[in-house]
Amino acid sequence: MRILRKFALVLALASLAGRAPSSAGSADALTPLPVTEVAPGTFVFEGAVSLMTRENEGAIANLGFVVGRDAVAVIDSGGSVLEGMRLRAAIRGKTAKPIRYVINTHAHPDHIFGDAAFLQDGAAFVGHQNLPQALAVRGPFYLDAFRPILGDELMRDVKLAPPTQLVQGSAELDLGGRRLTLQTWPTAHTDSDLTVLDQSTGTLFAGDLVFVEHIPIVDGSIRGFLASIDQLAGTEARRVVPGHGPVSAWPEALAGERRYLDQLARDVRALIARGERLETAAQTAAASERSRWKLFEEYNARNATAAFSELEWE
Amino acid sequence: MISSCLRQLCLVAAVAAPICAQAAAPEDDDPWPGLVQDIFQGRPMEDGSRLIVLEAPNRAEDAAVVPVTLRTTLPPGDARYPMSMTLVIDHNPAPMAARFEFGRDSTITALSTRVRVNAYTDVHAVLELSDGKLYVTKKYVKASGGCSAPAAKDAEAAKKRLGQLRFRQFATPPDPQASRTREAQLIIGHPNNSGLQMDQLTHLYIPPSFVNEVRIWRNDEMMLSMEGGISISEDPNIRFTYVAGDEDRIRVEAKDTDGRVFKGEWPSEQPGP
Ligand SMILES: [Zn+2]
Repeated sequence: MRILRKFALVLALASLAGRAPSSAGSADALTPLPVTEVAPGTFVFEGAVSLMTRENEGAIANLGFVVGRDAVAVIDSGGSVLEGMRLRAAIRGKTAKPIRYVINTHAHPDHIFGDAAFLQDGAAFVGHQNLPQALAVRGPFYLDAFRPILGDELMRDVKLAPPTQLVQGSAELDLGGRRLTLQTWPTAHTDSDLTVLDQSTGTLFAGDLVFVEHIPIVDGSIRGFLASIDQLAGTEARRVVPGHGPVSAWPEALAGERRYLDQLARDVRALIARGERLETAAQTAAASERSRWKLFEEYNARNATAAFSELEWE
Repeated sequence: MISSCLRQLCLVAAVAAPICAQAAAPEDDDPWPGLVQDIFQGRPMEDGSRLIVLEAPNRAEDAAVVPVTLRTTLPPGDARYPMSMTLVIDHNPAPMAARFEFGRDSTITALSTRVRVNAYTDVHAVLELSDGKLYVTKKYVKASGGCSAPAAKDAEAAKKRLGQLRFRQFATPPDPQASRTREAQLIIGHPNNSGLQMDQLTHLYIPPSFVNEVRIWRNDEMMLSMEGGISISEDPNIRFTYVAGDEDRIRVEAKDTDGRVFKGEWPSEQPGP
Protein backbone atom coordinates (compact mmCIF):
# COMPACT_ATOMS: atom_id res chain seq x y z
CA MET A 1 0.00 0.00 0.00
CA ARG A 2 2.72 2.33 1.01
CA ILE A 3 4.71 1.49 -2.09
CA LEU A 4 1.64 1.83 -4.21
CA ARG A 5 0.95 5.27 -2.85
CA LYS A 6 4.49 6.31 -3.50
CA PHE A 7 4.29 5.01 -7.01
CA ALA A 8 1.05 6.88 -7.62
CA LEU A 9 2.65 9.99 -6.24
CA VAL A 10 5.58 9.71 -8.55
CA LEU A 11 3.20 9.30 -11.45
CA ALA A 12 1.22 12.33 -10.37
CA LEU A 13 4.33 14.41 -10.00
CA ALA A 14 5.69 13.15 -13.27
CA SER A 15 2.52 14.18 -15.04
CA LEU A 16 2.85 17.59 -13.47
CA ALA A 17 6.45 17.74 -14.46
CA GLY A 18 5.32 17.20 -18.01
CA ARG A 19 3.68 20.61 -17.85
CA ALA A 20 6.39 22.02 -15.70
CA PRO A 21 8.72 24.71 -16.88
CA SER A 22 11.63 23.02 -18.55
CA SER A 23 14.08 25.74 -17.65
CA ALA A 24 14.98 23.83 -14.53
CA GLY A 25 15.79 20.79 -16.63
CA SER A 26 13.53 17.78 -16.78
CA ALA A 27 15.62 15.63 -14.46
CA ASP A 28 15.63 17.92 -11.46
CA ALA A 29 12.40 19.76 -12.19
CA LEU A 30 10.92 18.34 -9.06
CA THR A 31 13.84 18.23 -6.75
CA PRO A 32 12.18 18.82 -3.40
CA LEU A 33 12.97 22.20 -1.87
CA PRO A 34 15.54 21.78 0.90
CA VAL A 35 13.65 22.27 4.14
CA THR A 36 14.76 22.42 7.76
CA GLU A 37 12.72 21.05 10.64
CA VAL A 38 13.01 24.06 12.95
CA ALA A 39 10.78 22.40 15.57
CA PRO A 40 9.03 19.02 15.63
CA GLY A 41 6.69 18.90 12.65
CA THR A 42 7.47 22.50 11.63
CA PHE A 43 9.47 22.88 8.44
CA VAL A 44 10.98 25.91 6.73
CA PHE A 45 12.46 26.57 3.32
CA GLU A 46 14.75 29.60 3.42
CA GLY A 47 14.56 31.63 0.22
CA ALA A 48 17.54 33.37 -1.35
CA VAL A 49 18.06 36.98 -0.33
CA SER A 50 17.73 38.25 -3.88
CA LEU A 51 15.30 39.65 -6.40
CA MET A 52 13.11 37.13 -8.22
CA THR A 53 14.86 35.86 -11.32
CA ARG A 54 14.51 33.13 -13.89
CA GLU A 55 17.59 31.47 -12.45
CA ASN A 56 16.31 31.28 -8.88
CA GLU A 57 12.81 30.26 -10.05
CA GLY A 58 11.35 33.08 -7.95
CA ALA A 59 12.42 31.24 -4.79
CA ILE A 60 13.29 34.25 -2.63
CA ALA A 61 10.69 34.13 0.16
CA ASN A 62 10.73 31.84 3.15
CA LEU A 63 8.07 29.16 3.00
CA GLY A 64 6.91 26.71 5.64
CA PHE A 65 4.62 23.86 6.50
CA VAL A 66 3.27 22.44 9.72
CA VAL A 67 2.27 18.79 10.08
CA GLY A 68 -0.52 17.97 12.53
CA ARG A 69 -2.02 14.62 13.47
CA ASP A 70 -4.53 14.79 10.62
CA ALA A 71 -3.37 17.30 8.10
CA VAL A 72 -0.78 19.71 6.81
CA ALA A 73 -0.89 23.51 6.50
CA VAL A 74 1.36 25.32 4.05
CA ILE A 75 2.48 28.88 4.79
CA ASP A 76 3.15 30.67 1.49
CA SER A 77 3.65 28.84 -1.75
CA GLY A 78 6.60 30.57 -3.42
CA GLY A 79 7.42 32.72 -6.42
CA SER A 80 6.52 30.29 -9.19
CA VAL A 81 4.39 27.19 -9.67
CA LEU A 82 7.62 25.26 -10.09
CA GLU A 83 8.74 26.39 -6.65
CA GLY A 84 5.31 25.51 -5.28
CA MET A 85 5.57 22.03 -6.77
CA ARG A 86 9.01 21.60 -5.29
CA LEU A 87 7.62 22.66 -1.92
CA ARG A 88 4.87 20.11 -2.38
CA ALA A 89 7.49 17.47 -3.18
CA ALA A 90 9.32 18.40 0.03
CA ILE A 91 6.08 17.98 2.00
CA ARG A 92 5.48 14.61 0.40
CA GLY A 93 9.00 13.63 1.36
CA LYS A 94 8.03 14.14 5.02
CA THR A 95 4.40 13.09 5.22
CA ALA A 96 1.54 11.63 3.23
CA LYS A 97 -1.12 13.49 5.25
CA PRO A 98 -3.48 15.65 3.25
CA ILE A 99 -2.58 19.26 2.60
CA ARG A 100 -5.66 20.96 3.96
CA TYR A 101 -4.67 24.62 4.06
CA VAL A 102 -2.53 26.95 1.99
CA ILE A 103 -2.11 30.18 3.95
CA ASN A 104 -1.04 33.30 2.05
CA THR A 105 0.65 35.86 4.28
CA HIS A 106 0.00 38.67 1.77
CA ALA A 107 -0.42 39.46 -1.94
CA HIS A 108 3.22 39.69 -3.07
CA PRO A 109 4.26 37.49 -5.99
CA ASP A 110 7.17 35.78 -4.22
CA HIS A 111 4.70 34.42 -1.66
CA ILE A 112 1.70 33.50 -3.80
CA PHE A 113 2.81 32.60 -7.33
CA GLY A 114 3.14 28.97 -6.23
CA ASP A 115 -0.49 28.64 -5.11
CA ALA A 116 -1.58 26.77 -8.23
CA ALA A 117 0.71 23.87 -7.27
CA PHE A 118 -1.76 23.03 -4.50
CA LEU A 119 -5.01 23.22 -6.46
CA GLN A 120 -4.80 19.45 -6.96
CA ASP A 121 -4.99 18.96 -3.17
CA GLY A 122 -8.36 20.65 -2.84
CA ALA A 123 -6.80 22.72 -0.08
CA ALA A 124 -8.50 25.77 1.37
CA PHE A 125 -6.65 28.96 0.46
CA VAL A 126 -6.59 31.18 3.51
CA GLY A 127 -5.85 34.89 3.59
CA HIS A 128 -6.53 38.36 4.99
CA GLN A 129 -9.97 39.78 4.34
CA ASN A 130 -8.28 42.39 2.12
CA LEU A 131 -6.48 39.79 0.04
CA PRO A 132 -9.19 39.42 -2.64
CA GLN A 133 -9.11 43.13 -3.33
CA ALA A 134 -5.31 43.27 -3.28
CA LEU A 135 -5.16 40.41 -5.80
CA ALA A 136 -7.84 41.94 -7.99
CA VAL A 137 -6.11 45.32 -8.12
CA ARG A 138 -2.50 44.15 -8.29
CA GLY A 139 -2.72 40.66 -9.71
CA PRO A 140 -2.98 41.55 -13.40
CA PHE A 141 -0.03 43.92 -13.03
CA TYR A 142 2.06 41.28 -11.27
CA LEU A 143 1.31 38.72 -13.96
CA ASP A 144 2.38 41.13 -16.69
CA ALA A 145 5.36 42.60 -14.87
CA PHE A 146 6.91 39.25 -14.02
CA ARG A 147 6.56 37.65 -17.43
CA PRO A 148 9.69 39.36 -18.78
CA ILE A 149 11.50 38.78 -15.48
CA LEU A 150 10.74 35.12 -14.89
CA GLY A 151 10.06 34.11 -18.48
CA ASP A 152 7.02 32.51 -20.09
CA GLU A 153 7.83 29.02 -18.88
CA LEU A 154 7.89 29.88 -15.18
CA MET A 155 4.86 32.14 -15.57
CA ARG A 156 2.69 29.89 -17.70
CA ASP A 157 0.97 28.02 -14.89
CA VAL A 158 0.75 30.89 -12.40
CA LYS A 159 -2.87 31.52 -11.46
CA LEU A 160 -3.98 34.06 -8.94
CA ALA A 161 -7.14 32.97 -7.25
CA PRO A 162 -8.75 34.75 -4.33
CA PRO A 163 -8.63 32.93 -1.00
CA THR A 164 -11.47 30.55 -0.25
CA GLN A 165 -11.30 31.26 3.47
CA LEU A 166 -10.98 34.83 4.70
CA VAL A 167 -9.64 35.90 8.07
CA GLN A 168 -10.80 39.02 9.84
CA GLY A 169 -8.97 39.67 13.10
CA SER A 170 -7.84 36.27 14.29
CA ALA A 171 -8.73 32.67 13.51
CA GLU A 172 -7.60 29.19 14.44
CA LEU A 173 -6.88 26.26 12.18
CA ASP A 174 -6.85 22.79 13.69
CA LEU A 175 -4.54 20.27 12.10
CA GLY A 176 -5.45 17.59 14.63
CA GLY A 177 -3.91 18.09 18.06
CA ARG A 178 -2.15 21.08 16.68
CA ARG A 179 -3.49 24.59 16.37
CA LEU A 180 -2.35 27.47 14.26
CA THR A 181 -3.40 30.97 15.28
CA LEU A 182 -3.83 33.34 12.36
CA GLN A 183 -3.78 37.09 12.90
CA THR A 184 -4.52 39.85 10.42
CA TRP A 185 -2.88 43.27 10.67
CA PRO A 186 -3.79 46.82 9.73
CA THR A 187 -1.88 48.15 6.69
CA ALA A 188 1.84 47.70 7.38
CA HIS A 189 4.14 45.90 4.94
CA THR A 190 1.06 45.69 2.69
CA ASP A 191 -2.68 46.02 3.23
CA SER A 192 -3.14 42.23 3.46
CA ASP A 193 -0.58 41.10 6.07
CA LEU A 194 -1.35 37.97 8.06
CA THR A 195 0.84 36.11 10.57
CA VAL A 196 0.68 32.49 11.68
CA LEU A 197 1.62 31.24 15.13
CA ASP A 198 2.30 27.53 15.47
CA GLN A 199 1.30 27.31 19.12
CA SER A 200 2.68 23.91 19.96
CA THR A 201 6.25 24.82 19.06
CA GLY A 202 6.20 28.59 19.56
CA THR A 203 7.11 29.24 15.95
CA LEU A 204 5.88 32.53 14.50
CA PHE A 205 5.56 32.73 10.73
CA ALA A 206 5.62 36.49 10.37
CA GLY A 207 5.41 36.83 6.60
CA ASP A 208 6.89 40.14 5.49
CA LEU A 209 6.08 41.85 8.77
CA VAL A 210 9.58 40.73 9.70
CA PHE A 211 12.70 41.08 7.56
CA VAL A 212 16.12 39.88 8.72
CA GLU A 213 19.25 40.81 6.73
CA HIS A 214 17.04 41.64 3.70
CA ILE A 215 16.11 45.34 3.78
CA PRO A 216 12.50 45.78 4.94
CA ILE A 217 10.08 46.81 2.19
CA VAL A 218 7.31 49.34 2.74
CA ASP A 219 4.46 48.67 0.34
CA GLY A 220 1.70 49.65 2.73
CA SER A 221 2.27 52.18 5.47
CA ILE A 222 5.45 53.02 7.36
CA ARG A 223 3.48 54.22 10.34
CA GLY A 224 1.36 51.10 10.26
CA PHE A 225 4.47 48.97 9.92
CA LEU A 226 6.07 50.49 13.01
CA ALA A 227 2.84 50.22 15.00
CA SER A 228 2.26 46.62 13.93
CA ILE A 229 5.72 45.38 14.87
CA ASP A 230 5.39 46.99 18.29
CA GLN A 231 2.28 44.95 18.80
CA LEU A 232 3.68 41.86 17.13
CA ALA A 233 6.61 42.01 19.55
CA GLY A 234 4.22 40.98 22.30
CA THR A 235 3.54 37.62 20.63
CA GLU A 236 4.71 34.75 22.79
CA ALA A 237 6.99 32.74 20.57
CA ARG A 238 10.44 31.18 20.68
CA ARG A 239 11.50 31.81 17.15
CA VAL A 240 10.37 33.69 14.11
CA VAL A 241 10.34 32.66 10.48
CA PRO A 242 10.69 36.05 8.79
CA GLY A 243 9.41 36.59 5.27
CA HIS A 244 13.02 36.97 4.17
CA GLY A 245 16.23 36.07 5.98
CA PRO A 246 17.21 33.38 8.48
CA VAL A 247 14.98 31.90 11.15
CA SER A 248 15.80 33.94 14.26
CA ALA A 249 15.26 34.29 17.97
CA TRP A 250 12.11 36.12 19.02
CA PRO A 251 11.56 39.01 19.57
CA GLU A 252 15.22 40.04 19.15
CA ALA A 253 14.80 39.56 15.39
CA LEU A 254 12.78 42.80 15.25
CA ALA A 255 15.58 45.09 16.36
CA GLY A 256 17.19 45.74 12.98
CA GLU A 257 13.94 46.27 11.16
CA ARG A 258 12.64 48.65 13.81
CA ARG A 259 15.86 50.68 13.72
CA TYR A 260 15.70 50.97 9.92
CA LEU A 261 12.05 51.99 9.80
CA ASP A 262 12.55 54.52 12.62
CA GLN A 263 15.52 56.03 10.84
CA LEU A 264 13.68 56.20 7.53
CA ALA A 265 10.65 57.87 9.12
CA ARG A 266 12.84 60.33 11.03
CA ASP A 267 14.85 61.32 7.95
CA VAL A 268 11.79 61.67 5.74
CA ARG A 269 9.96 63.79 8.31
CA ALA A 270 12.96 66.12 8.57
CA LEU A 271 13.14 66.48 4.78
CA ILE A 272 9.44 67.26 4.56
CA ALA A 273 9.73 69.86 7.34
CA ARG A 274 12.56 71.57 5.40
CA GLY A 275 10.46 71.72 2.25
CA GLU A 276 12.68 69.29 0.36
CA ARG A 277 11.42 67.37 -2.62
CA LEU A 278 10.48 63.73 -2.86
CA GLU A 279 13.42 63.14 -5.23
CA THR A 280 15.82 64.29 -2.53
CA ALA A 281 14.29 61.92 -0.02
CA ALA A 282 14.65 59.04 -2.46
CA GLN A 283 18.37 59.78 -2.73
CA THR A 284 19.24 60.56 0.87
CA ALA A 285 16.80 59.16 3.43
CA ALA A 286 18.10 56.35 5.67
CA ALA A 287 21.50 56.50 3.99
CA SER A 288 23.09 55.65 7.33
CA GLU A 289 21.52 52.19 7.03
CA ARG A 290 23.15 51.38 3.68
CA SER A 291 25.83 49.01 4.93
CA ARG A 292 23.51 47.12 7.24
CA TRP A 293 21.19 45.52 4.71
CA LYS A 294 21.23 43.34 1.66
CA LEU A 295 19.36 44.78 -1.35
CA PHE A 296 19.53 48.31 0.07
CA GLU A 297 20.09 49.84 -3.37
CA GLU A 298 17.18 47.90 -4.82
CA TYR A 299 14.60 49.03 -2.28
CA ASN A 300 15.61 51.99 -0.15
CA ALA A 301 14.69 54.71 -2.65
CA ARG A 302 11.35 53.07 -3.15
CA ASN A 303 10.72 52.88 0.61
CA ALA A 304 11.68 56.55 0.97
CA THR A 305 9.30 57.48 -1.85
CA ALA A 306 6.43 55.61 -0.26
CA ALA A 307 7.20 57.00 3.18
CA PHE A 308 7.46 60.56 1.84
CA SER A 309 4.06 60.49 0.17
CA GLU A 310 2.51 59.01 3.31
CA LEU A 311 4.19 61.25 5.90
CA GLU A 312 3.47 64.39 3.87
CA TRP A 313 -0.03 64.16 5.32
CA GLU A 314 1.04 64.47 8.95
CA MET B 1 -11.13 69.24 -27.81
CA ILE B 2 -8.20 68.25 -25.69
CA SER B 3 -10.46 67.83 -22.75
CA SER B 4 -12.85 65.53 -24.54
CA CYS B 5 -9.89 63.58 -25.83
CA LEU B 6 -8.52 63.23 -22.33
CA ARG B 7 -11.83 62.17 -20.97
CA GLN B 8 -12.16 59.60 -23.69
CA LEU B 9 -8.77 58.14 -23.01
CA CYS B 10 -9.53 57.85 -19.34
CA LEU B 11 -12.86 56.30 -20.00
CA VAL B 12 -11.36 53.73 -22.29
CA ALA B 13 -8.73 52.89 -19.72
CA ALA B 14 -11.22 52.67 -16.93
CA VAL B 15 -13.54 50.38 -18.80
CA ALA B 16 -10.95 48.28 -20.51
CA ALA B 17 -8.67 47.38 -17.67
CA PRO B 18 -7.63 47.91 -14.11
CA ILE B 19 -4.85 50.41 -13.83
CA CYS B 20 -2.08 47.90 -13.89
CA ALA B 21 -3.12 45.63 -16.70
CA GLN B 22 -0.59 46.89 -19.18
CA ALA B 23 2.43 44.72 -19.77
CA ALA B 24 5.94 45.96 -19.28
CA ALA B 25 6.25 47.24 -22.77
CA PRO B 26 8.71 45.74 -25.18
CA GLU B 27 10.56 48.28 -27.30
CA ASP B 28 8.91 47.25 -30.56
CA ASP B 29 6.00 49.43 -31.54
CA ASP B 30 6.20 53.09 -30.72
CA PRO B 31 2.83 54.54 -29.69
CA TRP B 32 4.02 58.14 -29.97
CA PRO B 33 2.97 58.87 -33.58
CA GLY B 34 -0.53 57.66 -32.75
CA LEU B 35 -0.58 59.72 -29.58
CA VAL B 36 0.38 62.85 -31.52
CA GLN B 37 -2.67 62.21 -33.68
CA ASP B 38 -5.02 61.50 -30.77
CA ILE B 39 -3.89 64.11 -28.29
CA PHE B 40 -2.52 66.89 -30.53
CA GLN B 41 -4.57 66.33 -33.71
CA GLY B 42 -1.40 65.55 -35.59
CA ARG B 43 0.01 69.05 -35.23
CA PRO B 44 3.70 69.30 -36.06
CA MET B 45 6.14 68.87 -33.18
CA GLU B 46 9.21 71.07 -33.02
CA ASP B 47 12.34 70.08 -31.14
CA GLY B 48 11.88 71.44 -27.64
CA SER B 49 15.15 70.33 -26.11
CA ARG B 50 16.30 73.94 -25.63
CA LEU B 51 12.97 75.25 -24.35
CA ILE B 52 11.76 72.61 -21.97
CA VAL B 53 13.46 70.28 -19.50
CA LEU B 54 11.78 67.09 -18.38
CA GLU B 55 13.17 65.62 -15.16
CA ALA B 56 12.21 62.11 -14.13
CA PRO B 57 14.15 59.29 -12.50
CA ASN B 58 15.80 56.78 -14.84
CA ARG B 59 13.90 54.07 -13.06
CA ALA B 60 10.49 54.33 -11.43
CA GLU B 61 11.38 53.32 -7.88
CA ASP B 62 7.79 53.17 -6.73
CA ALA B 63 5.52 52.54 -9.71
CA ALA B 64 2.67 54.35 -7.97
CA VAL B 65 4.61 57.53 -7.19
CA VAL B 66 7.10 58.72 -9.80
CA PRO B 67 8.16 62.36 -9.48
CA VAL B 68 8.26 64.37 -12.71
CA THR B 69 9.37 67.99 -13.10
CA LEU B 70 8.81 70.20 -16.15
CA ARG B 71 10.85 73.39 -16.55
CA THR B 72 10.63 76.01 -19.23
CA THR B 73 13.98 77.45 -20.27
CA LEU B 74 13.16 80.27 -22.64
CA PRO B 75 16.21 82.44 -23.28
CA PRO B 76 16.10 85.88 -21.62
CA GLY B 77 14.42 88.44 -23.83
CA ASP B 78 12.40 85.84 -25.74
CA ALA B 79 9.02 87.49 -26.27
CA ARG B 80 7.16 84.20 -26.36
CA TYR B 81 5.46 82.87 -23.25
CA PRO B 82 4.18 79.39 -22.33
CA MET B 83 0.50 78.67 -22.99
CA SER B 84 0.34 75.03 -21.94
CA MET B 85 2.34 71.96 -21.11
CA THR B 86 1.20 68.40 -21.67
CA LEU B 87 2.67 65.34 -20.00
CA VAL B 88 2.28 62.04 -21.84
CA ILE B 89 3.31 58.62 -20.51
CA ASP B 90 3.29 56.66 -23.72
CA HIS B 91 2.78 53.13 -22.45
CA ASN B 92 0.33 53.82 -19.64
CA PRO B 93 -3.29 52.71 -20.06
CA ALA B 94 -4.24 56.41 -20.10
CA PRO B 95 -1.18 57.98 -21.74
CA MET B 96 -2.20 61.61 -21.37
CA ALA B 97 -1.30 62.17 -17.73
CA ALA B 98 -1.99 65.88 -17.48
CA ARG B 99 -2.36 69.08 -19.41
CA PHE B 100 -1.37 72.28 -17.64
CA GLU B 101 -2.54 75.64 -18.88
CA PHE B 102 -0.83 78.85 -17.81
CA GLY B 103 -2.39 82.24 -17.25
CA ARG B 104 -0.90 85.01 -19.39
CA ASP B 105 1.09 86.37 -16.45
CA SER B 106 1.51 83.17 -14.48
CA THR B 107 5.32 83.61 -14.27
CA ILE B 108 5.51 79.86 -13.67
CA THR B 109 8.86 78.45 -14.76
CA ALA B 110 8.72 74.97 -13.29
CA LEU B 111 6.15 72.52 -12.12
CA SER B 112 6.31 69.07 -10.62
CA THR B 113 3.78 66.34 -10.17
CA ARG B 114 3.77 62.61 -9.42
CA VAL B 115 2.61 59.95 -11.78
CA ARG B 116 2.05 56.24 -12.09
CA VAL B 117 4.32 54.41 -14.46
CA ASN B 118 3.06 51.00 -15.51
CA ALA B 119 5.78 49.86 -17.85
CA TYR B 120 9.04 50.73 -19.57
CA THR B 121 8.05 53.86 -21.40
CA ASP B 122 8.94 57.11 -23.06
CA VAL B 123 7.59 60.11 -21.21
CA HIS B 124 6.94 63.14 -23.44
CA ALA B 125 6.53 66.76 -22.42
CA VAL B 126 4.96 69.07 -24.98
CA LEU B 127 5.19 72.82 -24.52
CA GLU B 128 2.87 75.13 -26.38
CA LEU B 129 4.25 78.64 -26.74
CA SER B 130 2.46 81.84 -27.63
CA ASP B 131 3.84 81.50 -31.17
CA GLY B 132 1.25 78.75 -31.54
CA LYS B 133 3.81 76.01 -31.99
CA LEU B 134 4.34 72.80 -30.05
CA TYR B 135 7.78 71.89 -28.72
CA VAL B 136 8.52 68.39 -27.51
CA THR B 137 11.12 66.67 -25.39
CA LYS B 138 11.17 63.19 -23.93
CA LYS B 139 12.74 60.91 -21.41
CA TYR B 140 12.82 57.12 -21.15
CA VAL B 141 11.77 55.74 -17.77
CA LYS B 142 12.33 52.13 -16.78
CA ALA B 143 9.53 50.46 -14.92
CA SER B 144 10.08 49.56 -11.30
CA GLY B 145 10.93 46.07 -10.17
CA GLY B 146 7.98 43.77 -10.54
CA CYS B 147 6.45 43.81 -7.10
CA SER B 148 5.92 47.56 -6.97
CA ALA B 149 2.46 48.00 -8.43
CA PRO B 150 0.94 51.31 -9.54
CA ALA B 151 -1.89 50.69 -7.11
CA ALA B 152 -3.12 52.01 -3.78
CA LYS B 153 -1.04 50.95 -0.79
CA ASP B 154 -3.68 51.75 1.77
CA ALA B 155 -7.08 52.20 0.20
CA GLU B 156 -8.78 52.91 3.52
CA ALA B 157 -6.38 55.71 4.42
CA ALA B 158 -6.75 57.20 0.94
CA LYS B 159 -10.51 57.26 1.31
CA LYS B 160 -10.22 59.11 4.61
CA ARG B 161 -8.14 61.87 2.99
CA LEU B 162 -10.64 62.44 0.22
CA GLY B 163 -11.24 66.13 -0.29
CA GLN B 164 -8.53 67.38 2.05
CA LEU B 165 -6.40 70.13 0.50
CA ARG B 166 -2.87 70.90 1.65
CA PHE B 167 -1.11 74.05 0.51
CA ARG B 168 2.48 74.93 1.38
CA GLN B 169 4.65 77.83 0.30
CA PHE B 170 8.42 77.75 0.23
CA ALA B 171 10.96 80.48 -0.23
CA THR B 172 13.46 79.31 -2.82
CA PRO B 173 17.00 79.30 -1.58
CA PRO B 174 19.68 80.50 -1.75
CA ASP B 175 18.68 84.15 -1.57
CA PRO B 176 14.97 84.67 -1.11
CA GLN B 177 15.42 88.35 -0.16
CA ALA B 178 16.98 89.24 -3.45
CA SER B 179 14.56 87.28 -5.54
CA ARG B 180 10.82 87.20 -5.55
CA THR B 181 10.86 83.62 -6.76
CA ARG B 182 8.55 81.41 -4.75
CA GLU B 183 7.58 77.79 -4.71
CA ALA B 184 4.20 76.45 -3.72
CA GLN B 185 2.77 72.96 -3.39
CA LEU B 186 -0.82 71.79 -3.56
CA ILE B 187 -1.85 68.28 -2.52
CA ILE B 188 -5.39 67.03 -2.98
CA GLY B 189 -6.41 64.03 -0.91
CA HIS B 190 -7.98 61.66 -3.41
CA PRO B 191 -7.59 57.94 -4.25
CA ASN B 192 -7.51 58.96 -7.93
CA ASN B 193 -8.29 55.46 -9.03
CA SER B 194 -8.96 54.10 -12.45
CA GLY B 195 -11.67 51.80 -11.27
CA LEU B 196 -11.75 48.07 -11.49
CA GLN B 197 -13.98 46.19 -13.78
CA MET B 198 -16.07 43.38 -12.41
CA ASP B 199 -13.56 40.70 -11.58
CA GLN B 200 -14.74 37.22 -12.55
CA LEU B 201 -13.29 35.59 -9.48
CA THR B 202 -13.80 38.12 -6.74
CA HIS B 203 -16.77 40.03 -8.13
CA LEU B 204 -15.15 43.21 -6.93
CA TYR B 205 -16.14 46.37 -8.68
CA ILE B 206 -14.59 49.74 -7.93
CA PRO B 207 -16.00 52.61 -9.96
CA PRO B 208 -13.41 54.95 -11.47
CA SER B 209 -13.00 58.18 -9.60
CA PHE B 210 -10.27 60.74 -10.13
CA VAL B 211 -9.47 64.43 -10.04
CA ASN B 212 -9.94 65.74 -13.56
CA GLU B 213 -9.67 69.48 -13.06
CA VAL B 214 -7.63 71.78 -10.85
CA ARG B 215 -7.51 75.57 -11.04
CA ILE B 216 -5.22 77.90 -9.14
CA TRP B 217 -5.68 81.67 -8.92
CA ARG B 218 -3.71 84.44 -7.30
CA ASN B 219 -6.26 86.97 -6.18
CA ASP B 220 -8.66 86.82 -9.16
CA GLU B 221 -6.12 86.05 -11.80
CA MET B 222 -5.97 82.52 -13.21
CA MET B 223 -2.47 81.24 -12.75
CA LEU B 224 -2.50 77.57 -13.56
CA SER B 225 -5.02 74.92 -14.43
CA MET B 226 -4.61 71.20 -14.83
CA GLU B 227 -6.68 68.59 -16.57
CA GLY B 228 -5.68 65.23 -15.20
CA GLY B 229 -6.42 61.57 -15.48
CA ILE B 230 -5.62 58.29 -13.81
CA SER B 231 -1.92 58.43 -14.57
CA ILE B 232 -1.62 61.05 -11.85
CA SER B 233 -0.74 59.40 -8.54
CA GLU B 234 -3.07 59.03 -5.60
CA ASP B 235 -3.37 62.36 -3.77
CA PRO B 236 -2.62 64.56 -6.80
CA ASN B 237 0.34 66.78 -6.05
CA ILE B 238 1.40 69.94 -7.91
CA ARG B 239 4.45 71.93 -6.93
CA PHE B 240 5.29 75.05 -8.93
CA THR B 241 7.84 77.84 -9.07
CA TYR B 242 6.69 81.39 -9.82
CA VAL B 243 7.54 85.01 -9.22
CA ALA B 244 5.55 86.58 -6.44
CA GLY B 245 3.59 89.72 -7.26
CA ASP B 246 1.50 91.80 -4.91
CA GLU B 247 -1.20 89.16 -4.52
CA ASP B 248 -2.50 88.61 -1.01
CA ARG B 249 -4.13 85.20 -1.51
CA ILE B 250 -3.95 82.00 -3.49
CA ARG B 251 -7.19 80.23 -4.28
CA VAL B 252 -7.72 76.65 -5.46
CA GLU B 253 -10.66 74.79 -6.91
CA ALA B 254 -10.55 71.13 -7.88
CA LYS B 255 -13.17 68.77 -9.28
CA ASP B 256 -13.37 65.03 -9.61
CA THR B 257 -15.21 62.72 -11.98
CA ASP B 258 -17.99 62.22 -9.44
CA GLY B 259 -18.76 65.92 -9.55
CA ARG B 260 -17.26 66.68 -6.16
CA VAL B 261 -15.76 70.16 -5.83
CA PHE B 262 -12.91 70.91 -3.45
CA LYS B 263 -12.04 74.52 -2.62
CA GLY B 264 -9.36 76.24 -0.58
CA GLU B 265 -7.89 79.69 -0.08
CA TRP B 266 -4.67 80.72 1.63
CA PRO B 267 -2.99 84.05 2.35
CA SER B 268 0.02 84.51 0.11
CA GLU B 269 3.27 84.54 2.03
CA GLN B 270 5.41 87.39 0.80
CA PRO B 271 9.05 86.72 0.09
CA GLY B 272 11.73 88.12 2.29
CA PRO B 273 12.20 88.00 6.05
ZN1 LIG C 1 6.15 41.09 0.63
